[in-house]
Amino acid sequence: MAIKVLIPTPLRPYAGKHSVIEVTAQTVGEALSDLVSKHPDLRKHLFSEDGKLRSFVNVYLNDEDIRYLSKEATPAKEIDTITIVPSVAGGR
Amino acid sequence: MALKIPGILYDQLRQHGEATYPHECCGVLVGEFDEAGGKVVKGAVECGNTRTDSPANRYHISPSELVRVQREAMLAGRDIVGFYHSHPDHPARWSVTDLAEAHWTGCSYVITSVEKGRAVLTNSFLLLDQEEAKHFEDESLEVIEQ
Repeated sequence: MAIKVLIPTPLRPYAGKHSVIEVTAQTVGEALSDLVSKHPDLRKHLFSEDGKLRSFVNVYLNDEDIRYLSKEATPAKEIDTITIVPSVAGGR
Repeated sequence: MALKIPGILYDQLRQHGEATYPHECCGVLVGEFDEAGGKVVKGAVECGNTRTDSPANRYHISPSELVRVQREAMLAGRDIVGFYHSHPDHPARWSVTDLAEAHWTGCSYVITSVEKGRAVLTNSFLLLDQEEAKHFEDESLEVIEQ
């Protein structure tokens, strides 16, 4: 089994049009690295030039925001699901 | 290309804007993309506005809600196709803030103007292009029977 990464609709064109991609990793950071190694076009949509997650990209391990866990160092197991969701906000 | 929405859901999102007036409402549109790039809305999920510091002119949907909605949509064979929010006492046009905070390329951003507590106009805008060149285009909003 592998870790599932759920891809949001705006990023699917850069991920082979897949909605779910399986990766192999021990941490969330490794999972994201495996993801962008499989789909290099995703990199600039997820990471800024300094290699950090872009500010509007939220990454969840199951139901938890990794910012409130150990960020990219958060351990991930094969039964886990990682969800990527860009933020939604605005105002008049 | 157009965003097609059943009348009952169209009424629902407009009523949401009336219910939260004078604050902005917000929610997620779940549905299906067709091969031509159009979208059909199958569900409108009301979300809380987490911008409690400035709810009259700002909205923000908790990422936790987005994760839940996206997961449930995918289990049902659907996708997030757009979002909606209201502009209390302000036109149903996207603002500079709306564009700056929009990141779901290819999705629809539906805005309802609510004047003195009554929903007036509802318009849809399609977010296009990559982050550095993103822009909104007016999008046809078709209210359908089902």
